[in-house]
Amino acid sequence: MSATDTFTLTPGRHTDPYRVGHDHDAGRNLARGHGEGGPASKRVIVGYGFWIFLLSDIVMFSAFFAAHAVLQTATADGPHGRELFNPTSIAIQTAVLLLSSFTCGMSAVATEARSQLWTQLSLLITGILGLVFLLLEGRDFATMVSAGAPPQRSAFLSSFFAVVGCHGLHVTAGLLWLGTMMAQVFVKGFRLNILRRLICFNLFWHTLDIIWVALFTIVYLIGLGR
Amino acid sequence: MTDMTDERSADDVGPGFLDAADHGVRQGIQGYVIGLALAVLLTVASFYAVNTTLIWGPGIPVALVTLAVAQIGVHLVFFLHITTAPDNTNNVLALAFGVLIVALVIGGSIWIMDHLNERMVPMDQMMNMQR
Repeated sequence: MSATDTFTLTPGRHTDPYRVGHDHDAGRNLARGHGEGGPASKRVIVGYGFWIFLLSDIVMFSAFFAAHAVLQTATADGPHGRELFNPTSIAIQTAVLLLSSFTCGMSAVATEARSQLWTQLSLLITGILGLVFLLLEGRDFATMVSAGAPPQRSAFLSSFFAVVGCHGLHVTAGLLWLGTMMAQVFVKGFRLNILRRLICFNLFWHTLDIIWVALFTIVYLIGLGR
Repeated sequence: MTDMTDERSADDVGPGFLDAADHGVRQGIQGYVIGLALAVLLTVASFYAVNTTLIWGPGIPVALVTLAVAQIGVHLVFFLHITTAPDNTNNVLALAFGVLIVALVIGGSIWIMDHLNERMVPMDQMMNMQR
């Protein structure tokens, strides 16, 4: 018996680099693929890959945020945020999106429990809240445009509509995805590939709320103070 | 690895997974409720801080950014389940890289543009130079 055998084939403690901190489980998990411990399950890989995409999406948003931060005072003698923003509407939008993030989490719990009814119900509430958010945002945009503050008025307004509108487009895409997932869960049930898609959708929706936190702070609240 | 089995041990975690430790519905809901409560608290604090006289006026944007960073942390941990669990190392490292890029893009832009504004020749002088 060579020295390498004792290191690679003994499923003992501290032999598996992928299972750090889970020693109690080490004896059960023999290598499934190649390399020590084998590849991670598809669920882990899909979640990781989608997380990388979301981070790249956040990096894209950071460019919009940087542009807005730089152009926040470039109003070209046009209206300031202080005169345009409606704090009540922003507070309601924030509450609605936060609640939708919570109900989306509830759908993940229901999915984990394999409850078709509660998954569908949570997703439906999430979708309705998302729709309310979009309607409020659209109403605010319409008010601003009719008050003489369209995107082409000043660099400040261009960057404002770009960053907030980009988030709104993401929410719209999220709503389409949400509808698709409800239909797929209904027709196909909790298959493994559907479960993975639900994980990705959950991550996407929660990330939208994270971007909104940055948005209502940097664009609206700090903008109100200027 | 195949589509049919997709087996994972109980303590495999990744982004979006309910934490491996709590399997019950009750614990799952509990996690989201705690997250929601903290997020609501931080949001209310943010909206309150805008018009407060409790802190020095020019310090308000700093307070707002601090509250936002805290809330983003709450969302990451309680909603996206990005934690410091051993299996989550890859996700946390990816997040750290993302934060680095975001900080460079936003911080760098503000830094550079501020200095450009300071050193810009005033517009009337610029007109004279062109003649």
